[in-house]
Amino acid sequence: MPKLYKIAGDQVVARDDPFVTLADDEAAPDSLSAVILSFARFQKEGELFLSQGVQVGVRLEPDEPVEGLAYDLPRLALVALAFPKFRDGRAYSAAALLRERYAFGGEVRAVGDVLRDQALPMLRCGFDAFEPADGATVEDWDRALHRFRHVYQAAADRRLPAFAERARASGIGTPG
Amino acid sequence: MYRYDAIDAAILADRAAEFRDQVSRRLSGELTEDQFKPLRLMNGLYLQLHAYMLRVAIPYGVLSADQLRRLAFIARRFDKGFGHFTTRTNIQFNWIKLEDAPDILDSLAEVGLHAVQTSGNCIRNTTADPYAGATAEEIDDPRVWSEAIRQWSTLHPEFTYLPRKFKIAVTAAPKDRTAAKVHDIGLKLRRSRDGELGFEVMVGGGMGRTPYLGQTIREHLPARHLLSYLTAILRTYNRLGRRDNIYKARIKILVASLGADAFGREVEAEWAQLDHASIDLPDLELARIRADFNRLAFQDLPPVSAALNAAKAADPSLARFVRNNVSAHKIAGYGIVNISLKAPGDVPGDCTADQMDAIAALADAYGSGEIRVTHAQNLVLPHVKLDDVAAVHAGLKKVGLATANIDLASDIIACPGLDFCALANARAIPIAQAIATRFADPSIAEAVGELKIKISGCINACGHHHVGHIGILGVDKKGEEFYQLTLGGSGAEDASLGDVLGPALPFDRVAPSVDQLVDVYLRERSPGERFLDTYRRLGLTPFKAAVYAEAI
Repeated sequence: MPKLYKIAGDQVVARDDPFVTLADDEAAPDSLSAVILSFARFQKEGELFLSQGVQVGVRLEPDEPVEGLAYDLPRLALVALAFPKFRDGRAYSAAALLRERYAFGGEVRAVGDVLRDQALPMLRCGFDAFEPADGATVEDWDRALHRFRHVYQAAADRRLPAFAERARASGIGTPG
Repeated sequence: MYRYDAIDAAILADRAAEFRDQVSRRLSGELTEDQFKPLRLMNGLYLQLHAYMLRVAIPYGVLSADQLRRLAFIARRFDKGFGHFTTRTNIQFNWIKLEDAPDILDSLAEVGLHAVQTSGNCIRNTTADPYAGATAEEIDDPRVWSEAIRQWSTLHPEFTYLPRKFKIAVTAAPKDRTAAKVHDIGLKLRRSRDGELGFEVMVGGGMGRTPYLGQTIREHLPARHLLSYLTAILRTYNRLGRRDNIYKARIKILVASLGADAFGREVEAEWAQLDHASIDLPDLELARIRADFNRLAFQDLPPVSAALNAAKAADPSLARFVRNNVSAHKIAGYGIVNISLKAPGDVPGDCTADQMDAIAALADAYGSGEIRVTHAQNLVLPHVKLDDVAAVHAGLKKVGLATANIDLASDIIACPGLDFCALANARAIPIAQAIATRFADPSIAEAVGELKIKISGCINACGHHHVGHIGILGVDKKGEEFYQLTLGGSGAEDASLGDVLGPALPFDRVAPSVDQLVDVYLRERSPGERFLDTYRRLGLTPFKAAVYAEAI
């Protein structure tokens, strides 16, 4: 079973992964409860899986815009965003759009070259599940996610940004 | 100046602790160099020809005297006793050991300094007018908006792994001292006809191997929406910018390939959908920042200083210093004092630890404890009483910093070149030294007037040669250093890219050729014309004829 770290409340926990990732040329096994498909396969077969009561997730590569999924998002249990290299930052914008623009409430999972040094920006942009590619433990990830006591920007994680903390401390007005 | 509060200080301390952990994981082998590289770059550590270089951020070029003293301490304790101020108003230490870096960052954090995002494919330190808060010409104080950008861009979760580096400049006066049009985003403060404060937003400027001037995508963005609009630009770039080729990954290539109009439409469409209220700083936060920049109490002084005039009459070198290095201040009886780091024969931008301490002491005694760094690699004491200028001049003279050559031919911008940099094709510093030495006689340099010479040791253009009145680019020709000259560039409000003069010249011909170019200018100039103006009027022909006459 591949390793999966999930955000649970304020913590990182290791979980078994209920989803099976199917390659485009791979036949679906007989009993299947949850599946992750490529965007192309989802367009062809997503309807079929959904009609059989299977939980469906879609994996987007960085050059596949999230806008293409907008119509289907309410039916999806998960969107997996790929990091072909950890330096490829497009998936951060994709996650932010899923959460902020489309109010996607399912799992947003980081897959590919996923390292703990990127844990915090991923969490802040809206990822809540990770397939770690390094040997880092749950404790390592938890430490990375709680490293910073303050943040400057409002983001999908709903942490209070510095300017709102200051407004609150000064007692003048309430943050927008 | 802006004082970090407990939140700012905690973010810096947490960042330093994070990097200490990353360095120890690298030293133990847990992180590969490939994994570590972007992390160290985003903490200012760059692997150079001889050692690690640490680039320390000087946010929008504003330093306190205490901070400058701390930089002097770092230079002595961890480097070879000097630092190098850069064209993006940062400071570099060229001889750093990786294992010392965490201690250096802790030491910097104690005085509110850091190296966060001074390298790597992220939003870099913002450049602002070094005369901010001191010049009467500014529409509004660009430091307020630069500090807003600093906070917004620091550890921005979405924009930490961009296609390529990203540089922003904020200018607020008709005279652009930031080179805004050759930045990824240039912001020019303005007021609309009904008086509303806003920004002209220019995007896609840059140098390197494919230079572009920034193009305006918004004539007037209401100032309070700055951060949400920047978010829209950065998100558009992060999503659409090329990642397949490092040389085509800057935003300028995206803007050029889509066209500025189409790019602007993408940005506007994105901006329209953003939740502005969650991103833009509330007025009260902007007011809090502004108040921090407005704590100086100026005295009521006569506009003319009798003491300074008497001292000038007695000392021609002081008179020259005032003519070339002191600019008008918005408050009567004050001046803006420029400190040249371009003594002929020295390395442009270098400053020794002793010089830093001396400048810090002068800033405390006469300059409200504040120092600015300029994109031309010089320093500024922004608020000096005219009555004190003679004392400042004397103090600078003692440490070899009284060179009266601001914007003159010997005030050269040069990159570190082949002497330090792994990317360079040719040396830049010795060329700068050779040219500056020819203009070492201040009366000659002054007679020539404003002449901006900029030298890059390779096509990456760190020395801004594209926008030099005379630009010099080092190239490699079969293993030999050659130099291509360009004329007519400008990074200021009249921005333009230089034209290639002719075939590249060998090392020994460069400084004499600059002499020949200057001779043509002196012969042809009309009254009041700068070198750049004469060139723009006459074109390449007479200049080309002078330099290549011997070869024909």
